[in-house]
Amino acid sequence: MSGKPLLQMEDLRVQFHTDDGVVKAVDGISFALERGRTLGVVGESGSGKSVANMTILGLTRASNAEISGRIIFDGLDLMTLDPEGLQAVRGNQISMIFQDPLSSLHPFYKVGRQLVEAIEVHQEIDRKQASRRAVELLGLVGIPDAERRAGEYPHEFSGGMRQRAMIAMALANDPKLLIADEPTTALDVTTQAQILRLIERLQAEFQMAVIMITHDLGVIADVADDVMVMYAGRVVEAGTRDEIFYDPQHPYTWGLLGSLTRIDRPRTSRLAQISGQPPSLISPPEGCHFRPRCPHSFDRCSQTPALEQRSITPGHLDRCWLEPPRKQTLRVVSTGDIGLEDPAA
Amino acid sequence: MARFITRRLLWSVLLLVIVSAVVFLIFYIFPTADPAQLRAGRQANADQIEAIRESLGLDKSIPEQFWIYMKGIVTEFDLGRSYQSNAEVRDVIFSDLGPTALLVAGAVVVWLTIAIPTGVISAVRRRSLLDRVTMITTLAFISAPVFWLGLVALYLFASDVGVIHIFPGIGSYQSADSFTGRIGALLLPWLVLAAATAAIYARYVRAQMIDVMEEDYIRTARAKGLAERPVILRHALRSAITPIVTLLGLDVAVLLAGNAILTETVFNIPGLGAETFNAIKRSDLPMIQGITLFGAFFIVTFNLIVDIAYAYLDPRVRYQ
Repeated sequence: MSGKPLLQMEDLRVQFHTDDGVVKAVDGISFALERGRTLGVVGESGSGKSVANMTILGLTRASNAEISGRIIFDGLDLMTLDPEGLQAVRGNQISMIFQDPLSSLHPFYKVGRQLVEAIEVHQEIDRKQASRRAVELLGLVGIPDAERRAGEYPHEFSGGMRQRAMIAMALANDPKLLIADEPTTALDVTTQAQILRLIERLQAEFQMAVIMITHDLGVIADVADDVMVMYAGRVVEAGTRDEIFYDPQHPYTWGLLGSLTRIDRPRTSRLAQISGQPPSLISPPEGCHFRPRCPHSFDRCSQTPALEQRSITPGHLDRCWLEPPRKQTLRVVSTGDIGLEDPAA
Repeated sequence: MARFITRRLLWSVLLLVIVSAVVFLIFYIFPTADPAQLRAGRQANADQIEAIRESLGLDKSIPEQFWIYMKGIVTEFDLGRSYQSNAEVRDVIFSDLGPTALLVAGAVVVWLTIAIPTGVISAVRRRSLLDRVTMITTLAFISAPVFWLGLVALYLFASDVGVIHIFPGIGSYQSADSFTGRIGALLLPWLVLAAATAAIYARYVRAQMIDVMEEDYIRTARAKGLAERPVILRHALRSAITPIVTLLGLDVAVLLAGNAILTETVFNIPGLGAETFNAIKRSDLPMIQGITLFGAFFIVTFNLIVDIAYAYLDPRVRYQ
């Protein structure tokens, strides 16, 4: 295998021109994803995590969108591909699953038919073979009685089964990358765990890389190798899962970790939260976007901090002006001792 | 599915009975003029009126009259005789139905063939010049009354009274002796009758398409790698067209009840609409009643068909 990463994003910027002004949905994102790895992208709604990932497949291309940067996938420059070229990649080398599996499946077509369609777009195969393959895929994702279920409509499936069907559809053409955009948000906790296990199993089986987009740190802790924390269109911290959970560098990450409810801590009367609202993406605050909500902001924060290594661990990047030793004392104050156990302990 | 159809069918029957009762009330109980007198004409004497009253059963009690009326309708679709021509209303309706059915069916085909592509293209090229021009044009057609549009169309394009001789003109339907001749004669009426509805449907299809294109499953279809054409036609249009079927059922009925009358009158087509116009002009009560009842039956039946068609189109409906 070559040393090059499977997916490389460089300084991606996505802006939408609206009647209210220019929305800077994604404001300079760079990352690299190796084959077979899982990247967790975490952030609030509107942090740009979905837009950035939809842009990989060109799904944000629109007359009012302005997109710049580079996205290299397996040697292919996705940003310069024409629509036909993109269509050949979509659902073939890169697949995507979404948050709400009911609204993501067409209500008027049988599930099997929708799978067959996904197969036929990319493979020279007759209808009968495609149908057999569809049933096989449904079986693979753990849908019992797949033959009969293939003939049913999405509304006859349960939430978890629908997401399994979506995953089956995503796997139809052996993708190298699966982008999962909040795949478990609409599901109950038990089903959520099943779906995550399923994705992990299939990831190993199909040798796929996965981008897991979520606002749920629990999901990140469960599946991610690397983590990217996003805020207001920018990456504020990036590192391995352990670095993010055990040595978080950015006050926003502390806030996210601090707002987790934990069963191993005494119950507080109020759930912890990050005060304030995410900033407007039309006129974000100057400098660090998190500044207005950050309890530790100081005068330097009006300049934009670059995303670079500030802690002692190579590859662990953040966008915060605070000195690393200062961070260590401050985060104890702001988060209690959440997330600060020694991973080895 | 069988249960669904049975239930709809029973509802329709009940609805028809209620409609018949309402029509009975309107035409037998409420009229201020004495039906017997109307039937007898102006020069009749009291004895003659009495005789007619008896022959029409008007001297019987109201429940009895209603029973006879309902029995007549159910057993042999007996709608009485025209005051004017003494012909069986039923027979008149059936003989007039042909031209009207042809007029309406053709208009439906014309308006759908115009409206659906127009709406889809406008939705896909939203805010383009083409979209804006189309939407303004549709507004003009929606605002134009059908009789006015008919007269203008005749004035401009009819081969007899028009400025530019393109389409066969007034009365060409009656003088046509072949099927193709009749079709030719109907071209202009079809366009006129379809114009307003086509415009409304184009706007509706556009609005529906714009909504549907925002749906998550359209994003899924694109994420699968489908080209834009199948995304639009197979995924988006399939959803956008479904509510239009419901609308179609209602509009065909409205067309029969309203605009077909005007169009037939303007273009001199001997159909149900023209018959209605004449019957109203001459206070021919049984004729009006018969057409009303027939119209109501038609609407109920059409709604039944639409409901069943809808269940086929939207699988979610079948399980409710």
